[in-house]
Amino acid sequence: MAAVDISVTPDAGEGKFAVLRKLLFGKVSTTIAFITVLLFCILAIFAPWIAPYDPLKQSFLSINKYPSLQYWLGTDQFGRDVLSRLIHGSRTSLLFGLIAPACAAVIGTTLGVLAGFFGGLIDRIVSKMIDLMMAFPELLLAIIVSAALGGGFWNVVLVLTIAFVPGFARVARASTLAVRQEPYIEASMAIGVKTPVIIFRHVVPNIAAPIVLLWTLWIASAIRLEAALSFLGIGTQPPAASWGNIIREGLGNVFGSPWPIIGAGLAITTIVLSINLIGDAARDMLDPNSSER
Amino acid sequence: MPSLIASKLLDAIPTLWLVLTLVFVALRILPGDPALVALGDFATPEQLALFREQAGLDAPLWQQYFAFLWDVVTFDFGNSLITKESVAGVIGYNLPFTVALAIGATAIGVIIGVPFGVLAAVRKNKAPDQGMRVFSLVGYAIPDFYLGAVLLIVFALNLKLFPINGGGEGFWGQLYHLALPAITLAVLKIAFLGRLTRTALLEVLSKDYVRTAKAKGAPPKTVIYKHALRNALLPIVTGLGLSLLATLSGAVAVELVFNRPGLGSTLIKAIAERDYTLIQGAVVVFALMVVVVNLLVDVLYTIIDPRLGS
Repeated sequence: MAAVDISVTPDAGEGKFAVLRKLLFGKVSTTIAFITVLLFCILAIFAPWIAPYDPLKQSFLSINKYPSLQYWLGTDQFGRDVLSRLIHGSRTSLLFGLIAPACAAVIGTTLGVLAGFFGGLIDRIVSKMIDLMMAFPELLLAIIVSAALGGGFWNVVLVLTIAFVPGFARVARASTLAVRQEPYIEASMAIGVKTPVIIFRHVVPNIAAPIVLLWTLWIASAIRLEAALSFLGIGTQPPAASWGNIIREGLGNVFGSPWPIIGAGLAITTIVLSINLIGDAARDMLDPNSSER
Repeated sequence: MPSLIASKLLDAIPTLWLVLTLVFVALRILPGDPALVALGDFATPEQLALFREQAGLDAPLWQQYFAFLWDVVTFDFGNSLITKESVAGVIGYNLPFTVALAIGATAIGVIIGVPFGVLAAVRKNKAPDQGMRVFSLVGYAIPDFYLGAVLLIVFALNLKLFPINGGGEGFWGQLYHLALPAITLAVLKIAFLGRLTRTALLEVLSKDYVRTAKAKGAPPKTVIYKHALRNALLPIVTGLGLSLLATLSGAVAVELVFNRPGLGSTLIKAIAERDYTLIQGAVVVFALMVVVVNLLVDVLYTIIDPRLGS
C-alpha cells in the first residue's frame, strides 16, 4: 500500500539539502524513523563484527535457550544465537530492499517512458501489460513466478523485480505524458534534436524525482515481500539467515522457543514502519494536496 | 445495466486468455523434469517415456497449449503427480476454506474498519483520529504471517482459547478454527479501509449538499450516514476490491501459519513437492479469482454510481 501516484515534480526553488533537512528533521517521528533506518544499515554493513556469535554455528549444549545475558534473544532449535542471526538477516533484507526496486525502477521507467513518449502501439501493449500485472497482488505474482523459477538470490531479485515493474512503468508513463506536453520538448523537436537525446536529456531528468521517491517507498515493500517469500520457503533458503525464514523455522519450533519469531517479526515491523514514516513525510512535502491530515 | 455487465464480461475474456497464456509459459520453464519428479530417480528411460506420453508432455508445444486451454475450460487438470488424486478434487476440497477465510476477514474489516474511519473523520484530529493514524501505521508495517504467529503463540498455545491448527469439523467448529486466521488478515483491512473511509468521508463532508442537509436541520447521524457516507462509497468499494485481492495472497501465508487447509497452503505444498499438475491447477484458480474479483468491483461501481454506466 506504500505505492502511490506521485506525478508532481518538487519545487526546485529551495536547495536540495535544505529540502532533505526539512524532510528528515522537520518532525520528531521522522527523525526517529531516520535514525532507526541508519542503525539498521550500520548493523547490516558491519554484521560480522557486531554480531556476538557466528549465525551458523550450532551447539547442542544450548538449544532453545530463553533470553539471558549470554544470549540476548535466546537460541533456536539448533543452538544458534538468535540475535546474531537477526543481525546477519538484516543484510539479506536490506540488500533485497535496495537491489530489487532499483532493477524494477530501471526496467519500469524504460517501459513507461517509451510508452508515454511514443504512444501508439507500444503504449497500448505496455499499458495492457501494466493493467494485467497490476490486477495481481504483488505477493501472488511473486509466488507464481517463484513456482516457475525456484529460490536462490538472483531468482528472488528477479521475482521481486517483476512484481514491482508495473508500478514504476505506470508512474513513468504518466509523468512522461505530462512532460511531453512541455514547450521545451516541442522546441527541441523543432530544432531537430535526435529523439534519444530528447529522451535522456529532457524527459528522464524531469521525471526522475517521482521515480526516486517511488523507489524509496518500495524499499519497504521489497523487504516485506522478501520476508514473506522466505517465510513461504520460496525465497532465501536456509541455512542463510533471512528475517522471513527465521520466522518459518521458528514456527516449526514454536513449542521450543517463541523468541526467534518475536525478534525477527519486530525487526521487519520496525524497519518497514520507519521507511513508511519517512515515505509519508516525503509525499506530504512533495504534494501537499495528497496529505490526508 | 445488463448490457454493461455483459460488455465487462466480454472485456474479461481477453484478460483471462492472456493470464492463462502467461501461466502456461511460466510453468513450461519450470526447472526439473515432471516425469522424473513423478516417478523418482530410479525410473527407467522407458518408464519416463511412457509417463511423458500419458501426460501429453511429448506433444509439440502448440498442442500442449491448446490441450491446456481445453483443460481449463472443462476444469480438468489431471491428477496430482504425488498423491494421484484428481487436481480438481483437491482444489474443490481446499477452495471453500480460502473463500471462507477471505469472506470472514473482509467482514471483520468492513464491520470495524468503516465505522472506525467514520469516527476518525467526524472527530478529526481528536483521539479517535490519532488512534486510527497509529493503528494504520502499525497495521501497514506488521507482516500478516508475523501477526498470525504472535496470535497463535498468545491465544492458542499459551491461553489455549483457540485451536492451534486445522480447518475444523461442522459449522461451529469451522467458525472456531476460522477466528484467529480471519482476525490476523482483518487487521490490515481495518487499517486500510478505516483510512480510506476517513479520507473519502472528509472530502464529501466539505460538499455543499452536506452543508444544506445540516442547515435544514437533519440530525447529524442522518447527515453522516445518508448524505455523506453513501457518496463516499465509491472509493471505499474500490478499496474493498483491492483488499479482497490482497487477502487472496495474504491467505497463502496465514494458512501456512495456522496449518489450515486452503488454496494457498495447497499451492505452497505443491511448489515444495514440485507437484507440477497441482501447481498448474492452483495457479489457474488463483488467476481466475483475481479476474473475477476485478470484474465484480467493476460491476459494483456501476451499481453504486449509475453515472459511470452511461
